Amino acid sequence: MADYAFRLYIFGQTARSQAAVSNLRVLCEAHLPSRYEIEVIDTAERPDLAEEARILATPTVVRLLPRPLLRVIGDLSDHCRAATVLGLPGDLLSERSP
Amino acid sequence: MVGRGSIERLPTGISGFDDIALGGLPAGRPTLVTGTTGSGKTLLTIEFIARGILRFGEAGVFVTSEETADSIRRTAMSLGFDVDKWEANGMWVFVDASEEVGEDVHTVGGYDFGALLARIQHAVQRSGARRVSFDSFGSIFSRFADVGTIRQELLRIVAALKSLGVTLLLTAERTDEYNGLSRYGVEEFVLDNIIVLRNVLRDERRRRTVEIVKFRGLPHRTGEWLFTIDPREGFVVIPIGATGAKRRASYVRVSTGNPGLDDMVGGGLFKDAITLLTGPPGVGKTLTALHFANAALKEDGGRCLFATFDETRGQLVRNAASWSLDLETMEAENRIRVSADYPEAASPEDHFLRLRHAIADFSPTRVVIDALSSLERVVSARSLLDFVIALTSVFREREITTLITAAHTGQLLPGGTLASAAETASVTDVNIMLRYVERIGDIQRAIAVLQARGSRHDPAIRQVTIDDAGMHIGDPLPRVAHVLSGSAALTEHPPWPADPGTTAPETIGGG
Repeated sequence: MADYAFRLYIFGQTARSQAAVSNLRVLCEAHLPSRYEIEVIDTAERPDLAEEARILATPTVVRLLPRPLLRVIGDLSDHCRAATVLGLPGDLLSERSP
Repeated sequence: MVGRGSIERLPTGISGFDDIALGGLPAGRPTLVTGTTGSGKTLLTIEFIARGILRFGEAGVFVTSEETADSIRRTAMSLGFDVDKWEANGMWVFVDASEEVGEDVHTVGGYDFGALLARIQHAVQRSGARRVSFDSFGSIFSRFADVGTIRQELLRIVAALKSLGVTLLLTAERTDEYNGLSRYGVEEFVLDNIIVLRNVLRDERRRRTVEIVKFRGLPHRTGEWLFTIDPREGFVVIPIGATGAKRRASYVRVSTGNPGLDDMVGGGLFKDAITLLTGPPGVGKTLTALHFANAALKEDGGRCLFATFDETRGQLVRNAASWSLDLETMEAENRIRVSADYPEAASPEDHFLRLRHAIADFSPTRVVIDALSSLERVVSARSLLDFVIALTSVFREREITTLITAAHTGQLLPGGTLASAAETASVTDVNIMLRYVERIGDIQRAIAVLQARGSRHDPAIRQVTIDDAGMHIGDPLPRVAHVLSGSAALTEHPPWPADPGTTAPETIGGG
């Protein structure tokens, strides 16, 4: 049962977009094995969804669940900080940035 | 290939702006508008989209990053623009890039503004917009920490928008009215076209101006131009001398309403003449003006707009009645319209607009302004001159015979004129002065014509008498000197002044 849900907005299939997708997956696997859902939206393809959510910068990850909503901008390359600001459970000290 | 010569103009439709821009903004390019807080940047960007819809049927996209779309919507509605309707029919599209309240935003790692660009492109394509306003482009900098990234990204956005072929108005805030660049040096991104809005406190009055600093490759008018926010016309640039310059001068002469004065100015005033009448209080300026107004029907089959800054409407009606002129009946017959305003009631720009509206509504053949000098109480000499110059272009364009009076209360210059009157005289065609003359035992009135462009005018200083029937111009006053200096008196010996047009009083009595 997924109790964490993320929507990741990227812009095109760039290196930065791909880094954001893989960083988010790695973080979720480490902290929330089989408890999460990730939806990736390419704003270049779906500008209407970016408009709806008022996304400005890409990549942006929105934590939909649990509430409250959280937004984190950037490619999440600093895993330790990303886990903290996304409110991921677990021993934060065990996580090291690559 | 697009050469330099082939840059087209996009008329903004903003009142007066296209006159100073010599046709409009460079089409398909970004133009940066900078100014301090409250200088009118947001209003200009709203007007840009709204006028495009109203005047040219062109859709527009409004990107807002500092205020919410709802706040911009309310501002625009308060200016009388039906944004709700335009949004419903797809003419006006918002891209709301304002900060979400109550939501934490963190930054981890690198990012770009791809989503914003995608949203703007989407809005432009969806609506077929030719115009995009981005307010405030500069404020994006203050929201994101990584200035280096933002510079690079905004440069990319500007480049991408250029490729869409839209005409773009971007805003950025300045901290200083006259020095330096805007915050974060946004000018670097939009080097080509820059407009500066200013809101300066000068002589205790707000003075709003717009200046086109550069339109690369295109000519434009230079310097600061006054603008105001008018409830009826919105953002209005006062186009001083920008219109009407091409008109042919009139050869038709019309009466001043006083036969004696007609003779003195060489057989009446040219129909497009602007006349300045100066004199101390009580000498007969308003009476002359009332005769002038009354002659509108008989002389031109037209009517007169009588703008008074000196008296209330009731006082003017009562004064006119004492010379057998029934202003109320004349108003009812649509021969005259009285507009009475306290000088303090508005800025000179707003007075200008009120008069321009009244002229557009009433279509007068004559206009009286009584008295210009009252406006000196509220404006600097420079602003007053701007006001007169702006008005004269309206008068000349419509070939309106104009009488401007100025009292004799302020600082005296050689020649006995007000500082403002002296400058005003340089833009008027006919200059007449009324003065008191001191004799042994009584005071008389004298009149002289100092200048009448294109006419052979009477060089004499003549006696003026006022009775119940009005003003009468009599014979030349012998042995009068120092009329021009404002302390006219009869003298015993000096000869008659040969040239009243001189401005050096000491030469008049001498010889």
